[in-house]
Amino acid sequence: MAKITFIQPDGSSQVVEAQNGVTVMEAAKLHEVPGIEAECGGACACATCHVYVDEAWREKTGTPADVEEDMLDFAFDVREESRLSCQIKVTDALDGLVVRVPAKQF
Amino acid sequence: MLESNPDNGSNGGGTIEADVVIVGAGPVGLFAVFELGLLDVKAHLIDILDKVGGQCAELYPEKPIYDIPGIPIVTGQQLTDQLMEQIKPFGPTFHLGERVDSLQREGDHFRLVTDQGTAFKAKVVVVAAGGGSFTPKRPPLEGIESFEGKSVFYSVRKMAEFMDKDVLIVGGGDSALDWTLNLQPVAKSVTLLHRRDDFRGAPHSVEKMRQLVADGKMRLIIGQVTQLHGSEGWLEAATVKTKEGEERIGVTAMLPFFGLTMKLGPIADWGLNLNENLIPVDTEKFETSEPGIFAVGDINHYPGKLKLILSGFHEAALMAQKAHQYVYPGKKVLFQYTTSSSNLQKKLGVK
Ligand SMILES: Cc1cc2nc3c(=O)[nH]c(=O)nc-3n(C[C@H](O)[C@H](O)[C@H](O)COP(=O)(O)OP(=O)(O)OC[C@H]3O[C@@H](n4cnc5c(N)ncnc54)[C@H](O)[C@@H]3O)c2cc1C
Ligand code: FES
Repeated sequence: MAKITFIQPDGSSQVVEAQNGVTVMEAAKLHEVPGIEAECGGACACATCHVYVDEAWREKTGTPADVEEDMLDFAFDVREESRLSCQIKVTDALDGLVVRVPAKQF
Repeated sequence: MLESNPDNGSNGGGTIEADVVIVGAGPVGLFAVFELGLLDVKAHLIDILDKVGGQCAELYPEKPIYDIPGIPIVTGQQLTDQLMEQIKPFGPTFHLGERVDSLQREGDHFRLVTDQGTAFKAKVVVVAAGGGSFTPKRPPLEGIESFEGKSVFYSVRKMAEFMDKDVLIVGGGDSALDWTLNLQPVAKSVTLLHRRDDFRGAPHSVEKMRQLVADGKMRLIIGQVTQLHGSEGWLEAATVKTKEGEERIGVTAMLPFFGLTMKLGPIADWGLNLNENLIPVDTEKFETSEPGIFAVGDINHYPGKLKLILSGFHEAALMAQKAHQYVYPGKKVLFQYTTSSSNLQKKLGVK
């Protein structure tokens, strides 16, 4: 179980509770977090679940796998801290995770 | 993979007459050919993509699907290939790389016209348009719309149009690399911009591109475009963010390649009832608010709808029964199994 904070481009934020094993994208969709579109339903095939992982959490969430890096090419304004949220699995270690939702998912 | 039938004159000026025109060649449009074919109804399929298979082929060709009845595991591309094999006996005609722009009733038939000007006269129309037309993604840059068609393009129709242009190509896949290599000898200058120094495209294209860069024949920038500058649709420069900071580069044309997304597109203007971009249908015939126009697969909506391939297949089977009545008025359909009907087996070419 982990509490995840989603921060919107306007600074507003929402804390959601996520079960272990679901993805950060699924947690966002379950709680209707705006700005996470996830058109492909988590198949790493659309890049519309793009988030920026807070600096303090980057080590814990790890780096994108090759397929995810490739898919990030289809996202906009990709940064060092960019991840596709459907590729981050929730574990106890991610309790307190903070991610930012980009201004646009394309 | 496949060619449109040349004697069908897909671009031959005249109107193509068809029993049924299927808008969209995704898995459901493909299977509709089968169900219609068993009832002697011939189909033409139109898709904006240059290949068949819809989402399965475009979005997840290599990924496994586990919920096709009787097939424990199949990838998106394999399913597409097997559907093509299955419908082969019915000789469907494909019109790929064309988008159906208009659909109108004309007396006792329908008239459809594509963006390439191909016109069809059909007794029945089946909208199997999934999530809508696959359309190039538009980078969310301020004011980009005003440049589109004049100096921002998502595809290249005529290379000569870039002869006197300083071209900025954005992306790291095959489209970006291929156009970089094709336009480099033609354009005044070519700059390729990609967010990382790693390319998804074919390795030999990457190699060629790197050689051109080494020879000083083009520029490669690792970074992202953040702003466009120009007026009245004419691009003059782009601001590019790199590791070193921001740079303004003089460019007069841009080709962004960020993949495709599905947009409802022209279907919105066909006079059909719509409910949140979906077409409501009944669950007996899967017919729309317009008699003779059916909607199957992801594009339709009814209580309990699931956007699954298997649901689309079921919808296609029921749709075909009613479509048959429009094509052969008054003719009765005898319910038959493919296992036991020699008539059906003859049509399938297995007898
Ligand atoms: C990553 C991913 C995984 C999936 N996994 C599964 C799964 O495991 N099981 C399952 O059952 N489903 C799965 N799906 C859903 C499944 O792919 C869809 O239900 C299915 O593709 C719908 O088929 P369709 O033929 O209705 O539409 P689509 O596959 O969307 O095809 C519609 C076609 O119509 C074309 N078109 C639209 N408008 C026009 C126009 N005006 N002119 C010309 N062409 C037009 C489009 O370009 C497109 O090619 C998955 C989807 C995704 C994205
Ligand atoms: S949901 Fe499509 S890539 Fe994450």
